[in-house]
Amino acid sequence: MLRDDIVEYSLDGHHSEEAGKKIRKKIWMVTGILTLITAIEVAIGATVHQDSDYWTTVKIFFIILTLVKAAYIVLVFMHLGDERKILKWVVLIPYFIFALYLIAILLYEGLAVLESNS
Amino acid sequence: MAGHASKEIDSKTLWGGKVSPFSTSYGKLMMWFFLVSDALTFSGLLIAYGFTRHAFQGSWPIGEETFNSLPFLGHGYPLIYVALMTFILIVSSVTMVLAVEAGHRMDRKGVTKWMIATVIGGFFFVGSQAWEWSHFIHGSEFGKVELADGSQAIVKGHWGDVKNFTVTVDGDHHEKGDVITMKEEDIQHTYRHAVADGHLHEGMITLHDGSVARVNKAVNHDMILIVKEAGGKYKQGQKIEDHKEAAKMYEEVVNAGDAGRVIYGANLEQNEYGPQQYGQFFFFITGFHGFHVFSGVVFNLIILLGVLRGLYHRRGHYEMIEKTGLYWHFVDLVWVFVFTFFYLV
Repeated sequence: MLRDDIVEYSLDGHHSEEAGKKIRKKIWMVTGILTLITAIEVAIGATVHQDSDYWTTVKIFFIILTLVKAAYIVLVFMHLGDERKILKWVVLIPYFIFALYLIAILLYEGLAVLESNS
Repeated sequence: MAGHASKEIDSKTLWGGKVSPFSTSYGKLMMWFFLVSDALTFSGLLIAYGFTRHAFQGSWPIGEETFNSLPFLGHGYPLIYVALMTFILIVSSVTMVLAVEAGHRMDRKGVTKWMIATVIGGFFFVGSQAWEWSHFIHGSEFGKVELADGSQAIVKGHWGDVKNFTVTVDGDHHEKGDVITMKEEDIQHTYRHAVADGHLHEGMITLHDGSVARVNKAVNHDMILIVKEAGGKYKQGQKIEDHKEAAKMYEEVVNAGDAGRVIYGANLEQNEYGPQQYGQFFFFITGFHGFHVFSGVVFNLIILLGVLRGLYHRRGHYEMIEKTGLYWHFVDLVWVFVFTFFYLV
């Protein structure tokens, strides 16, 4: 390295054969979970109809399952769970603020448009 | 993954310059920043979709009614195809993360193997999406019909094939008494065009050359009409489940000889599934995602070439796999949301 003030972070990613085994085990476990969740979603989606009384519950259940899936992908597959806390929040906080706000707006405004049209 | 991020460093040193407070290399951090902005684009699209969906409520198509086909097997498999696509993308995400893991052990063979698997998975997904688009654009055999009272209904049932046309009035190319046969696909296509343009009247089709022919067609079975947009008589969401009654109403519209009362498939102006916006959102959101998958496959291929040439091995680390992997997982992540909000709810 020519400059001594540059830290080579890339080299720090290396791990041993043993640590690799553990990581691979975790990856396969997460694969199983993601597949299982998708299968559950499809099974429910194909059996419960949108005009059924349970639909609101099912919808909320779907959204929770989706967030669980997303969390596994981001935290394990994208390794965000292993990053420094500051990076975690820099990536996630925009969504907690904007997405939630916009979802609230879309529900409110969308239903208002529906009402004014009918 | 251990790495620099898990080292205990006091915040004064972390934020004092000289080191990255995020403990990541420049490239990886920038990839994260790009993904944050890209995710906001997708959030915007999905939120616009959610707004429109709520504004239309009842006339909006239902996923399991719209997407219920499989290649070669026909209808009656709600959501199975998209589930398969989701599974393919999850699996290729897994092979990607295994490539990253192999890279951390400097296992060049392992990286090569898993990267090839990831690229193949990506191609499979893009291919499935092409089929899905083609199916969506092409539409069902029945199309969407505008009933006599002005209401719009989608149609479910078992389609009776069009066999041939028997010419009854001479035209430029055909003479009276001719029996016109075509490939199944082509005759279906001709029939649909005639219906859409109002050239089918009381079972008689007017062909391009001006000849008129009787349509010999098998009977449609098990028909159900589902009203999507209310008219004078039928309410939104009402189902005409009496097969005979539904078949009669459908035949009436198809044989009326009016142009524009039956809509087949989808384009940006109209579609047989629901409001115009539904088709536009389908094309834009799945298209934009598909474009991401396609570019992801290209990135993965470029990185794979680097692995094969030994570029990263010589460099001493496989961080490029990690960076392109972040992008690839992100594509999977977006699909998880598209799958839920476009197909499930």
